[in-house]
Amino acid sequence: MKELFVIMVSAVLVDNVVLSQFKGICPFLGVSKKMRNSVGMGAAVIFVMICATLVTYPVYKFMLLPFGVEYLKTIAFILVIALFVQMVEIILKKLIPPLYKALGVYLPLITTNCAVLAVTITNIDEEYTLAQSITNALGTGLGFTLALLLFSGVRSRIEDSDIPETFKGVPATLIAASIVSLSFMGFSGLF
Amino acid sequence: MSNLHEFTKGLIKENPTLVTLLGMCPTLAVTTMASNGIGMGLATTFVLLGSNIVISLLKNVIPKAVRLPCYIVIIAGFVTAVELLLKSYLPALHSALGIFLPLITVNCIILGRAEVFASKNKLLPSICDALGMGLGFTLSLFTMGSIRELMGSGQWFGIQIIPESFDNMMIFIMPAGGFFVLGCVIAAVNKLAKKKPPKEIGCTGCPHYSACAKAGLTESDGVNAAEKEA
Repeated sequence: MKELFVIMVSAVLVDNVVLSQFKGICPFLGVSKKMRNSVGMGAAVIFVMICATLVTYPVYKFMLLPFGVEYLKTIAFILVIALFVQMVEIILKKLIPPLYKALGVYLPLITTNCAVLAVTITNIDEEYTLAQSITNALGTGLGFTLALLLFSGVRSRIEDSDIPETFKGVPATLIAASIVSLSFMGFSGLF
Repeated sequence: MSNLHEFTKGLIKENPTLVTLLGMCPTLAVTTMASNGIGMGLATTFVLLGSNIVISLLKNVIPKAVRLPCYIVIIAGFVTAVELLLKSYLPALHSALGIFLPLITVNCIILGRAEVFASKNKLLPSICDALGMGLGFTLSLFTMGSIRELMGSGQWFGIQIIPESFDNMMIFIMPAGGFFVLGCVIAAVNKLAKKKPPKEIGCTGCPHYSACAKAGLTESDGVNAAEKEA
């Protein structure tokens, strides 16, 4: 139990997926403009990460490992994730329309979110058990959401401030991200 | 002539990282050293070249509805090949790039070029496009890596440049430094090119542009769409 707690906290804070591991930067910069979009995107990412872990773990353990083709995991995982996301989209649309309305629009964007593929590969590389893998996926997803939420707050302040012409737009956003990332460095050495 | 244009446009004018702002994750993550930047850039160039060739040849075979999964599988195949090659011939680089090697699969530059260029053009222009974009990516990674290595550890390609008696600014090789240097490099490129900085993360080159627009996340018509919905 203690071990799971350590994995969780380090995934959310110490090794934050966006701010210290640089995964999922595109959605982080693209979707963090509005608080509402950030929440939707974050929830969709948490959901897909956990489900992708649940799907890829058995695929690796029972399909790739017995045949000695572990090196195919990149192909197998991305294919499984892409198929899975498509399937979830269709199922949600049919069965739970309100949830589809809330999360559905974000789903196609998540297939190529590198954070999702990274979580599934990390779980295998670190030789986590299923429980540890799910904890790691949940923690990473929460960390992503946290970073997105914090940053959408920061960004709304940049919009109105007076900055040099050359730095307006993307450069200012990146430098703001650097300061947010600096604050997360305070968590390093927590364990 | 036009092939030459396809090649040169990726180097500076449409540089994938600095101008169209794609593939930010590896740009930030592996550029703590100039040599890692070059290694990552060349690995990506190889994958981009392979996938552009195959996709350009198969463009009439792949059904439109399932094209993205098809592209991803083709790309993942080349990534696996690069992974295995690097593991056996350049193990040091393989461990330095770590998880970002398999993550080339989901690099938006590659999928973006497949969607925007290779699936619509003949073989030769696609090859030129892949080489230009790949080298442009390598160039920006090299620039980022050089700045961060020089400031952060006083070295360049492992050679001591700044005397050891000076304290290094460790912050530059930490994550926060990555964001900061990239922001400054983009600002510098804008200043030199004497043009307005990109207001938004370049969405048109992204393979998910249409999905994003539908979700109301892009600036142009998106924000209004999201507000209308609310």
